[in-house]
Amino acid sequence: MTLPLTPSQTVGPFFRIGLSTTIGAHVVGEGAPGAVRISGQVFDGIGEPVPDALIETWQAEGAGRCATDDEGHFAILTCKPARNGVDGSMTNAPHLDVSVFARGLLTRLVTRMYFPDEAAANDADPVLQALSPAERSTLVALSEDGGLRFDIHLQGAGETVFFDR
Amino acid sequence: MNQTRRRVHPPNDSPAYGSSLLRAPKRPLHVLPGRLAELTAPLLAGETIGALDHDLTRQHDGEPQGERISISGRVLDEEGNPVAGALVEVWQANAAGRYAHRSDQHPAPLDPNFSGAGRCLTDAEGGYRFITIKPGAYPWRNHPNAWRPAHVHFSVFSPMFTQRLVTQMYFPGDPLFDQDPIFNAVPDTDARRRLVARWSLELTQPEWSLGYAWDIVVAGREATPLDDDASE
Repeated sequence: MTLPLTPSQTVGPFFRIGLSTTIGAHVVGEGAPGAVRISGQVFDGIGEPVPDALIETWQAEGAGRCATDDEGHFAILTCKPARNGVDGSMTNAPHLDVSVFARGLLTRLVTRMYFPDEAAANDADPVLQALSPAERSTLVALSEDGGLRFDIHLQGAGETVFFDR
Repeated sequence: MNQTRRRVHPPNDSPAYGSSLLRAPKRPLHVLPGRLAELTAPLLAGETIGALDHDLTRQHDGEPQGERISISGRVLDEEGNPVAGALVEVWQANAAGRYAHRSDQHPAPLDPNFSGAGRCLTDAEGGYRFITIKPGAYPWRNHPNAWRPAHVHFSVFSPMFTQRLVTQMYFPGDPLFDQDPIFNAVPDTDARRRLVARWSLELTQPEWSLGYAWDIVVAGREATPLDDDASE
């Protein structure tokens, strides 16, 4: 049996009413071993921050969710994944799967965040290998203030690499 | 099959929807080798969901204004398997077409007895049920005299990344469909129809509430990434 999929629609501008607290910005608790804060900003095609985006991270340890603030900032406390996901025979570097929802996006965007202290694994990663250096740099977080910075550019200069969902 | 799946979801590059112009990526989506499917840890314990979280009419001292309705159905995957334990979250405007959100400037009355948010976990059969009031249509500034058809926002969150879905449920017979660029961004007529709930006499409670039925279908466990058909 094959059932036809239900189409996606935009999350719209008012998702905070319904998506606020059930899943939160803490995948792990403060002070948990290996806890790392992922923070960043979401930008649109003219470099303006996006104040109504929703960022979700997925990994074996759990899911994180954070809405951007008025300056487009989000922050999620998580840890480096201990194992990779189901990727067939692929050997992927540790990464977070990331979904981006926003007013103006009819279907979620999917990207990945890789870790800057995994240079060797990143070099061997088949997804990163398929990208140009400039594209690749959009997926590897930067070390900053004891945490990681991962900005997301929806469009324009430095546009983040997005994957088919 | 893959070509059909590709047409289901609306392209982000949909210029009739003005908000997409500076937000839709311009570069083509990249192909992920292998499977995208990745499991998360168990999602949520049942106790995090309150017993009345699915009933948007009983979250305040009084009852909200509007036409009392129920919306129920099942979350299934493409193979027809129930998706059990999925978190279903809904949010909506009140009966006058106003969201209880600081950014909603539509000059329609707020309802002190309606917050407009609900949530539940699907049962073993993938079933969910919400009790609420029918949301009103409301104007927006996408184009001159633009109005959104009445809709309820739905979010489905299962442990499988590929099944993640955010969408909107509409009501049958709405005269506003033809001018709505969000609804019409879904390219396929049959796919658009699947966003519209069915009024059900069986689900309608005599002397109490109108019943709407709406099933949600998310990606199957065996689904391959849509990128596969890019190489065909």
